[in-house]
Amino acid sequence: MSVAIHIDHVTKRYDQVTIIPDLSAHIKNGEFFTLLGPSGCGKTTLLRMIAGFNSIEGGKIKFDDLVINEIPAHKRNIGMVFQSYAIFPHLTVRENIEYGLKLRRFSKAEIKTKVDAILKAVKIEEYQDRLPERLSGGQQQRVALARAIVIHPNVLLMDEPLSNLDAKLRVEMRSAIREVQNQVGITTVYVTHDQEEALAISDRIAVMQTGVIEQIGKPQSIYTRPYNVFVSTFIGHSNLFAGKIKVEDHKTFVLFQDGYQLEMDNLSAVTDGQEVIISVRPEEFSVQEDGIPCTIHNRVFLGKYVNYTLAFAPGMVMKNQSATEFSQDLGHAEKVFEIGETMILRPNKAKINIFTADQRMNLIRDVKQYE
Amino acid sequence: MNKKLLTWDFWTFVTISSVAVFGLFLMYPLFSLFISSFLDPATGFFTLENFGKFFSRKYYYQSLINSMWVTTCVTILSILIGTALAYFMTAFKVKGKGAVEVLVIISMLSPPFIGAYSWVLLGGRSGIITQFLSDLFQMEWPSIYGFSGILLVLTLKLYPFIYLYVSGALKKIDASLIEAAESLGCNGIKKVVTVIMPLVMPTLLAGALMVFMNALADFGTPMLIGEGFNVMPVMIYSEFINEVGGQANFAAAMATLMVILTTTIFLLQKYVVNRKSFTMSSLRPMQAKGLSGIKNAVMHIAIYGLVLVSIIPQVTVIYTSFLKTKGQIFVSGFSLDSYRIVFDNLALAITNTYVYSFAAILLIVFFGMLVAYITTRRKSWLTDMIDTLTMFPYIIPGSVLGITLLLAFNKDPLILSGTATIIIVSLVIRRLPYTLRSSSAILYQISPSVEEASISLGASPLRTFFKITAVMMIPGVLSGAILSWITCINELSSSVILYTGGTKTMSVAIYTEVIRASYGTAAALSTILTLTTVIGLLLFFKVSGSRDISL
Repeated sequence: MSVAIHIDHVTKRYDQVTIIPDLSAHIKNGEFFTLLGPSGCGKTTLLRMIAGFNSIEGGKIKFDDLVINEIPAHKRNIGMVFQSYAIFPHLTVRENIEYGLKLRRFSKAEIKTKVDAILKAVKIEEYQDRLPERLSGGQQQRVALARAIVIHPNVLLMDEPLSNLDAKLRVEMRSAIREVQNQVGITTVYVTHDQEEALAISDRIAVMQTGVIEQIGKPQSIYTRPYNVFVSTFIGHSNLFAGKIKVEDHKTFVLFQDGYQLEMDNLSAVTDGQEVIISVRPEEFSVQEDGIPCTIHNRVFLGKYVNYTLAFAPGMVMKNQSATEFSQDLGHAEKVFEIGETMILRPNKAKINIFTADQRMNLIRDVKQYE
Repeated sequence: MNKKLLTWDFWTFVTISSVAVFGLFLMYPLFSLFISSFLDPATGFFTLENFGKFFSRKYYYQSLINSMWVTTCVTILSILIGTALAYFMTAFKVKGKGAVEVLVIISMLSPPFIGAYSWVLLGGRSGIITQFLSDLFQMEWPSIYGFSGILLVLTLKLYPFIYLYVSGALKKIDASLIEAAESLGCNGIKKVVTVIMPLVMPTLLAGALMVFMNALADFGTPMLIGEGFNVMPVMIYSEFINEVGGQANFAAAMATLMVILTTTIFLLQKYVVNRKSFTMSSLRPMQAKGLSGIKNAVMHIAIYGLVLVSIIPQVTVIYTSFLKTKGQIFVSGFSLDSYRIVFDNLALAITNTYVYSFAAILLIVFFGMLVAYITTRRKSWLTDMIDTLTMFPYIIPGSVLGITLLLAFNKDPLILSGTATIIIVSLVIRRLPYTLRSSSAILYQISPSVEEASISLGASPLRTFFKITAVMMIPGVLSGAILSWITCINELSSSVILYTGGTKTMSVAIYTEVIRASYGTAAALSTILTLTTVIGLLLFFKVSGSRDISL
């Protein structure tokens, strides 16, 4: 039976080093939940705590109402898919999938029915009698998935399962995983550092950094309404501008350093003169008569888009950014600009995000950290 | 956190038992020996007299000098022959390469004292060649006894180690490295000296250590062919056997000196190798080139000649085993008499050999895999200590180990002397480290996530070990175990000290038959032993699917 997972104030320490200081999250029954973050952020550590391969130094992890802290891994009834596939090399594909069922003492007939069904579901029937060494990476990962799911685990845990595959196969396997997960409706915790993968596959995403969850939300919310600057720059690209709030006649504006201003009607409590960070994604600009002027520093043609690297007047943009960019949608572009040309860009005020100067909070109304 | 330390599971049990086993059968005997070497035989008080006696009489300390001298010569000669053979076999096309390799390995795996004894048969005072030369040409064949005999026999037995190590390393040199050297204008002998030699140097040193340790510890060869040329293992053996009790302290002192010597050499080698170690892996190994004309002929003659000389002892014993004997003398004509006598009188030695070696190898494989698991996957200060302990058998000569076990277990509370157990224990202790190392190496290549996958599917960690990890390790461990088994059946230096009438093994029986000058039965036994070795070797090739031997 699939379960909900409750993570309550858990702590992970190795000797004196604290990897996860205090982390809480609630994963719904049947949900596809992704832990996303840069390497070393503790996402795999957390996954392995749920699996039982890492000890829990504080707090509780519950499957529904059952605290699992002290239950050894092999009694948690989990299905796990590993980055390295971890297929048993001495067993055939079928034997690999049967392994967990045999441990659960199913009858021969039951095992056969279950294995046949799962082989069909993950589309590897034709390889069932082969040894794993003769399978490609994608096929091996299908075996690993089948082996994990066939035991009807409480939860399915996946640790960067696609990172060893090439780009094309990754996209293909991504939909295969999602499809199988939908069919069996099992609670899934998925770890990845690939944001595109996370956005495509998840019901909800938890973005992590240094052992802390920065935001939990649906893929769309995470992308369009990131809770803080870290999320807005880690997921997709964001151009950060230094700005200020101006309140005048009950109207609220954000001011760029060069004086260009946008009237905002979706901000929460702000005060006149408050320093803010204005975050604009490359596709949230449009070429207009009025806006902020910039020079084109570089240009990359990407088919659907042209990606310009921009240079703004001194002091306009926040320091320590990799680049400031504008993606021009070629389907609606009137003119393609040359390197060195100047253009005027207007940010779309319905889309942009305004953060506090300390980068920690989004000032747009109703943006939740934990959705 | 504290709860974790006290978890009592199967692996804790394994850890504690291995500490106990190594403590009881390795450390306790070894320390008994050290202590015994500092005790006065008469009074039982602390004294340095045993060491004083050794260094004050030329008769004794000369054996140390002899040992060092002959061992060094053997090592240098083996390096020269082994490296040259490895280079030519890798770099150039040699006809019958496979056969050459198998013959070289056979000559390495058969016991060295068979070599000694057949060279006595060939070139000894009444040997075949000696007779032939003096009858026909009135020529005097140089004496086979003493220093030159030991040098000949041990070099022919031990150069294959260097050959195997170095050719393994040469296979790992990527052809592009050689091509890079050539493109920079380096060729011929200069290429070998500046590129190839430095690349194989760490491996060569590892092989040289093996040769040195084996040559230094070898007991059978100098005993049979050394005559007046006394070396340490023989000296220790005779002092120990002559007067157990009275001279045991003196023999212990000599054994202690030997352990100090081997430890020093071992640490020195480790220090040098660690300083210049690197890893290589080749995508494209060197291609063997064809030589032509006179060079080709010379190379082939040299290689075939070397192999012929190496394999002569085996051929000689097999041949003489079928000769008719009258009492102890060979008479003309062929017969199976020697075999009849062996099966009538020495059948026990044959059964003993197989029983002990199989028992030992089972224990080695079982214990080796478990200990390898705790030292690689359950790291703690305790398992690190076990890891260090398992290095000891590398540096303890067989005869010294025999003495330590005998001294430690010939009195209450645990009397094992004269039993089969003590011989099996000595075999296990001596060979375990090799299986342990290879098991650890295999374990490092098995991703822990395979084990985690099994656990996540509901198998307990213990079940996972036996159903997954052990099954994955077995092929590699088994092929190593076959080689260990071959060395077990050929083991002499510790068994000769530990055996009694009922626990005689084949190699001990061959040794005693040779000492009694009953060459026919010795030859028959040696033939059985050689045959078993060859079968073991073929089995190894079959199981491992390759000819890569690592000892």
